Amino acid sequence: MTPALSVRNLRIEIPTRRGVLTAIDDLSFDIAPGEVLGMVGESGAGKSITGSAVIGLLEPPGRVAGGEIHLAGERIDHLPPERMRHIRGKRIGMIFQDPLTSLNPLYRIGDQLVETIMTHQRMTTAEARDKAQRLLEEVGIPAAKTRLSSYPHQFSGGMRQRVVIALALAADPELVIADEPTTALDVSVQAQIIALLKRLCAERGAAVMLITHDMGVIAETADRVCVLYAGRLAELGPVRDVVKHPQHPYTIGLMSAIPSLTGDPDEALAQIPGSMPRLGAIPAGCAFNPRCGYRFDPCTVERPPPYDAGAGEAACFLHAPAFARQAPAETLRQADAAGIQLSIPNGEAAR
Amino acid sequence: MSMQGLAVANETGVERKTLVEVEGLRRVFDLSKPWLNRMIEREGRVFLTAVDGVDFSIRQGETYALVGESGSGKSTIAKMAVGLLPPSAGSIAIDGADVWGKKSPEAERRMRRKIQMIFQDPFASLNPRWRVGSIIAEPIKAFGLIDDPLDRAARVGELLSLVGLDPRDGQKFPHEFSGGQRQRIAIARALASEPNFIVCDEPTSALDVSVQAQVLNLLRDLQERLGLTYLFISHNLAVVRHVATRVGVLYLGRLVEEAPARELFAAPQHPYTKMLLEAVPDIEMEGKDRQSIAGEIPNPITPPAGCHFHPRCPVRRPECDVETPPPHRVGDATVRCHLFGSAS
Repeated sequence: MTPALSVRNLRIEIPTRRGVLTAIDDLSFDIAPGEVLGMVGESGAGKSITGSAVIGLLEPPGRVAGGEIHLAGERIDHLPPERMRHIRGKRIGMIFQDPLTSLNPLYRIGDQLVETIMTHQRMTTAEARDKAQRLLEEVGIPAAKTRLSSYPHQFSGGMRQRVVIALALAADPELVIADEPTTALDVSVQAQIIALLKRLCAERGAAVMLITHDMGVIAETADRVCVLYAGRLAELGPVRDVVKHPQHPYTIGLMSAIPSLTGDPDEALAQIPGSMPRLGAIPAGCAFNPRCGYRFDPCTVERPPPYDAGAGEAACFLHAPAFARQAPAETLRQADAAGIQLSIPNGEAAR
Repeated sequence: MSMQGLAVANETGVERKTLVEVEGLRRVFDLSKPWLNRMIEREGRVFLTAVDGVDFSIRQGETYALVGESGSGKSTIAKMAVGLLPPSAGSIAIDGADVWGKKSPEAERRMRRKIQMIFQDPFASLNPRWRVGSIIAEPIKAFGLIDDPLDRAARVGELLSLVGLDPRDGQKFPHEFSGGQRQRIAIARALASEPNFIVCDEPTSALDVSVQAQVLNLLRDLQERLGLTYLFISHNLAVVRHVATRVGVLYLGRLVEEAPARELFAAPQHPYTKMLLEAVPDIEMEGKDRQSIAGEIPNPITPPAGCHFHPRCPVRRPECDVETPPPHRVGDATVRCHLFGSAS
């Protein structure tokens, strides 16, 4: 089956006065129709910029410098802005973090929905209004008929985000890009919105690219996860495997640093030393190597491509048999203890 | 003030005295339109009760966490505790001295020195035009702790290494640091006046997880080393579980449940606490069935009568609509819910 979205070797550059920064470097992933792909990473890892590149809204001077983006088999990264406008909203729906900035405060909710529907579908105003009402009912807004004539400020935060979801789904898109859809909401409302988004996209068979920094949201919602670090793919795999048995040292550190409701609260949280490098100062070799506890010779020289690791893939030399054999036995022992599924048989390590 | 000076034994048997005593704290904001608009539009005055009669106490060397969603009044309490916002009623006493009471300028300075605050956004709380060294030296100068400039510089270096930065970083400007490092600078500044009570208002919610763990561990480490007392404000229950000794759960300005952290997380009593815990995304992926939570927080200007939580409560009773529940003792917890009333 053709993936709903296919990103191949994407490279995004931002030219600045001090040289060209590479915001995304050689990133490839697919999303199948009906699948939810979570994009996680810390701020500056390149999650949101990837989303912007897919919908063709990269903020200048940022530009796609290499690679291809395919929507249902059709290449979209080099389309002229006019063509892209027809795809955006119709074939790709968007949900952003702050529902207040996605809605025009001066127009009634109903008019905004009707406008979106009529831009993309041939309908009379009355039909579009009916559809708008159905959409509001579907996203769980009580008294949808009267609420059509309300203004955004008359809705609460959670209700506004429901309206934004209705807007994103108005033209039955094949792909929905949700950029931190629950970050601005209270915890008790977050769960409702996640459940709603997941259900509606599943019903429509729409693929979802869910961008968030919250591993909890990913664990609840996504089918597969893509972990980004400094603009590069760290790990990609089924959500259960990545959360329970992470294969990249960065993911391992990230997962154990999250405070949870189980485990001993008196124990200090595991922490990754240092912080993510800035785009202008990404170290040679693997971007994570200065913070990595398993670093060995090739890590500081060469950049690891994604290797098969466990049920997914991880960009780490520990998963490349030819390289892992060079690693010190102690490093391999530690990696094994941390749950990294080494591809070389035990005891085959050098010395 | 009955608890004042009274030593209370905690779970480990160590005698710890009460450092912070909050009694009947209340804050009302006047949101009325100007007089002329009220006359023309025939509207009355509008008041928002952000904090509605909150009592709690914090013992020396402990962390008291206040949890709640937006509009619950947690930041308002923090501001009143550090002396940035006067309470409408009630009192906050720190080490016996009322924060808002009348006192001599000398006593005022002594008290202020003992209270510090760490803010949420380390990008907004540091002056971008000052070098880090001057930022940290400012409280030392303001309170006249060290007069000799060389000694002061040495103290700044000491504080920087205490929070895990290089003493030479004092020469740099805030923009040269990452979010986590900036929060470390903010912590160093808070420690500069040698306080014993620090109010942390969402200190890690602007940080990434891997950095959040560093800052939480640092706060805990400093508490052990310096015997600090924290009031920790957060909306993240998982974070609270890692730092708190006692937890107070706020809902629309009222403390609905208060309990030692272990008890609260092991056996939450109030329906709202249960709901909050339920809403934390399940990172362990045990596939537990999640109760979908109904409704949203009501408008705090017109909170529901009786128990504020009753419109969203799954175990609501007739009396909840009219009567404000009094506090009930349930084990080690204090719960404001009619479920635990003697009538049941």
